[in-house]
Amino acid sequence: MKFSKAWLLQHVDIEIATPDLVAGLTMAGLEVDGVEPAAPPFTNVVVGEIVAIEPHPDADQLRVCRVGAGGDAPVQVVCGAPNARLGLKAPFAQIGACLPGELTIKAARLRGVESQGMLCSAAELGLSSDQAGLLELPADLRAGTDLRAALALDDEVIEVDLTPNRGDCLGVRGLAREVAAVMGAPLQDFPVAPVPATIADALPIRLNAAGACPRYAGRIIRAIDPEAKTPVWMLERLRRGGIRGIHPVVDVTNYVMLELGQPMHGFDLGRLHGTGIEVRHARSGETLTLLDGNVLELDAGCLVIADAQRTLALAGIMGGRDSGVDAQTRDVFLESAHFQPLAVAGKARQFGLHTDSSHRFERGVDPELPLRALERATALLLEITGGKPGPALVAEDTGALAAPGVIQLRRKRLAQQLRLDFAPERVKTMLASLGLELVEETPDHWQFRAPSWRFDLGIEADLIEEIARIHGYNNLPSATPVLAPEIGPSRQRDLAGIRAVLVQRGYREVICYSFVPPEIAGLVTGGAPAIPVINPISAAMSVMRPSLWPGLLLALRHNLNRQQERVRLFETGLRFGGGPDGEQRMTLAGLITGNREPEGWANARDQVDFFALKGDVEALLAALGIGARVSGERGTHPALHPGQCLRLRDDGDATLGHLGLLSPVVARALDFDQPVFLFELALDRLPGAATAAFRSLSRFPAVRRDIAIVVPREVTAAAVLGTVKRASGESLTEARIFDVYHGEHIENNKKSIAIGLTFQDSSRTLEDSDVQSAEAAVLEALAAEFGARLRGE
Amino acid sequence: MDNLDTVVAEAMTAVADADTLAALEAVRVGYLGKKGVLTALLQGLGTLAPEQRPAAGASINKAKVAVQEGIEARRRSLADADIERRLAAETIDVTLPGRNAEVGGLHPITQTLSRIQDFFVRVGYQVEEGPEIEDDYHNFEALNIPAHHPARAMHDTFYIDATHVLRTHTSPVQIRTLERQAPPVRIVCPGRVYRCDSDLTHTPMFHQVEGLVVDRDISFADLRGTVDQFLKAFFETDLPVRFRPSYFPFTEPSAEVDIQCTQCRGAGCRVCKQSGWLEVMGCGMVHPNVLANCGIDPENFTGFAFGMGVERLAMLRHGVGDLRLFFENDLRFLQQF
Repeated sequence: MKFSKAWLLQHVDIEIATPDLVAGLTMAGLEVDGVEPAAPPFTNVVVGEIVAIEPHPDADQLRVCRVGAGGDAPVQVVCGAPNARLGLKAPFAQIGACLPGELTIKAARLRGVESQGMLCSAAELGLSSDQAGLLELPADLRAGTDLRAALALDDEVIEVDLTPNRGDCLGVRGLAREVAAVMGAPLQDFPVAPVPATIADALPIRLNAAGACPRYAGRIIRAIDPEAKTPVWMLERLRRGGIRGIHPVVDVTNYVMLELGQPMHGFDLGRLHGTGIEVRHARSGETLTLLDGNVLELDAGCLVIADAQRTLALAGIMGGRDSGVDAQTRDVFLESAHFQPLAVAGKARQFGLHTDSSHRFERGVDPELPLRALERATALLLEITGGKPGPALVAEDTGALAAPGVIQLRRKRLAQQLRLDFAPERVKTMLASLGLELVEETPDHWQFRAPSWRFDLGIEADLIEEIARIHGYNNLPSATPVLAPEIGPSRQRDLAGIRAVLVQRGYREVICYSFVPPEIAGLVTGGAPAIPVINPISAAMSVMRPSLWPGLLLALRHNLNRQQERVRLFETGLRFGGGPDGEQRMTLAGLITGNREPEGWANARDQVDFFALKGDVEALLAALGIGARVSGERGTHPALHPGQCLRLRDDGDATLGHLGLLSPVVARALDFDQPVFLFELALDRLPGAATAAFRSLSRFPAVRRDIAIVVPREVTAAAVLGTVKRASGESLTEARIFDVYHGEHIENNKKSIAIGLTFQDSSRTLEDSDVQSAEAAVLEALAAEFGARLRGE
Repeated sequence: MDNLDTVVAEAMTAVADADTLAALEAVRVGYLGKKGVLTALLQGLGTLAPEQRPAAGASINKAKVAVQEGIEARRRSLADADIERRLAAETIDVTLPGRNAEVGGLHPITQTLSRIQDFFVRVGYQVEEGPEIEDDYHNFEALNIPAHHPARAMHDTFYIDATHVLRTHTSPVQIRTLERQAPPVRIVCPGRVYRCDSDLTHTPMFHQVEGLVVDRDISFADLRGTVDQFLKAFFETDLPVRFRPSYFPFTEPSAEVDIQCTQCRGAGCRVCKQSGWLEVMGCGMVHPNVLANCGIDPENFTGFAFGMGVERLAMLRHGVGDLRLFFENDLRFLQQF
């Protein structure tokens, strides 16, 4: 809400510098967003009066005016404005005037005619964007008066960012009430006298939705002057409040809204049908063409103002085009109604509308205002346009008007919550300054009635906040809560530990958006549908990630495009499966590409491969203490190369994740021309670490035997090791593959695997014969299972 | 015994000439070995008259000792020289970089989050997390924000369907925790949140940390003390902190917390829009309706909650000027933290 500081200070008796006012408002919870001068700086601009005007001898568009500006004699000014006319008063920039935009006014000749200054439009003075003609000033201003003084331009526009609970401050009067309370200054009286009717015409009002509209005040005013113009002082206040002048009737209703906070509406009486209006819910199928030309399809949830034939307005939100005032309007019907917040809330948004009116009604407008606002608007309108007022009619259902509640405040609770025992007199003074009425008082508690304009005061905590606010949050005690510490098992997997392992292995953590491009999600999941966002920021952020890989791949592409060749990334976060109620799994994923080691004089220069990534994942599982509980087997994944994909599984064969080489199909789609290896692990599915069980250390020497066997190429290392372990007996402590070879000296479809077997017994030194028989058993089993033979035999 | 002196002199010359340990060993064998010159002289004593033997023996032994000592001295010098040579040969350029020293790093948001979390965990807060696709009830209703409440306009919400949203704040974790756990509750809830807003100063996803304490006799003073201590710890300085009345539907009283601008120290600058203050978090006393919605009697228990934007704190602490950098994941950015 923007407002003029000078206007505010007409309502509060206080002299205050702007920074102090800004600080006071902000610290009272009415945060000031900005302060701007009401007009940009300019000098030497006075009220000028056109005392003579004649055509320019050499230019059709120009005229030669003689302008009275308070000096001895009028000066000659050439002017091109269409509204320049005899008797008009307009801003006159004298020779030497400095205007916004660093324009200095000098004597000039225009098409051969001397011009001693410039008559100005509002735009030329930086007051608005209106450059259609001269700014027309009120006839009663004295020529020669400094314009800044005449229009009170040495004012400031203050913008407050009001929280939704403070609808009562969406008017200058309400703000003044608040400033008076928080600054301890007197609020000026602002009496509004009833305007007596001069005609008997009235439009009966029927409330057929009293729950939504319990009070509706209206009045007919006939025979307004359609030529009348809104006075500059009013346009100035509207402008400072961020509202453009449109038509005197509209301007007056807007003015009263800015002043009192009551939104109003003016209907063209001549365009209404029948002999009354009605406030009711819309019937399905009804439509309404708004002022802005939009046609709304109404439903039964919409509150409307209707005449005998049609809907006229969407109550509290916007009027209809076919009943609004325009330049031909002679007779008007003014509406000043109380619409309940819930009757308006959500409706504006339903139609994509947000108006000054709906903004206020959604937050709550004082139900006591309608008649007062109507009288105020009537008086203002009559001043401007003349006309004959009918009686102010008020239709109301007092039963449906929410009576302001009585709120209990316990002295003990107040002291407990704020850690300060306020003197009862102080409590009463503070709340009285905010308009609360003391209903009952005992030594232990008070009962207060909230003022009709405070929709946000309903419970004790609300009153405690008000007291804290007036006292000043920063003047209240501060303490440290005493928290009894608890010892308990940690419920969370140690994410920090997982991250630390990857960081040690050279991975850099990224944070990617949780919404990803659907086509990349589709590539990664093999086309499975991802959860769409109904209102995404863009198509590239329109589905929830079904995997962390799309984000990682995009981050990789970003960096590859910026000349990074070696990239190792990981991320932790949720991935989203199924529907809205589907799984949200805590996931860890990573990728590597480029050289296995960073470039360096002593570092290896080979590229990462499947086993580089697998080593990282194995190290991670080992660090978590679950290396033995997770196993891997050949798997398939839509994003991975079918020949280089490992499925990780737990003891019960549940899938924990995948790792492997990015499929060439996906790589091509993303324009990668170097191999990329990825892993993804469901962190919330990983088994817990087993508590280590101690085995005694053998005092006897270990014996190592190396064997090299030749097996068919398709036999896996895991199968070979499994057989070795089963066949070797209890004394085998380790079997380690130390070489895998295929090529020269090995048949085409075979490979050689070299295994180091370590034997050790816990109770004796192993004899040669023990080891030989174990080794023989191993070879026999390998031969039986895989057709293995010793290499070289 | 001129002969003996000559032998010793020759031996010493040979010792001096031996420039490797092997050559020196050959000299030793030539004089002192089983068939060495001096050994032969000792063995020749038997041919002398008995009365001559002691003197001659002593002379030969003396010569032998002299040669032995000469050899030993030479051996030490040769060994030293050998080490010197090795040292010279093995000398490397120690200023070359070490092998594969590179480690990765954590994202600055994670670092900031952990830092925030650690302050609270150290004094007994538990860490709680919740879903990011959240139902309307937990994100809004239970937090005292009914449908059509104007406060919903404060949250530019991403919708998944009619009843699910991307959580607009971490506050639903408060509800989920209070539904499950009886007071005392003290938790911090870090996580991603989403608002349908994208421009210079807004990203559609960002991070919050929410804190919640519910117990008997928790007061606004406790909230002020907690927040004040945290901010001073986070920024590692005794910076001025102020509380401003504000409005959140789920707290009453509610406050915004400002710190003195870290750029200009309160003098007024572009970062603080000349105000000298920076808004860093929102907080308040848990609204009685919120407690009641979770089955907790607001007469017996009170609490406070606070929430802060992690990106904002990270930007202030590290001097990052552009919010969007956090989600570009450019290695040149990430490597700076």
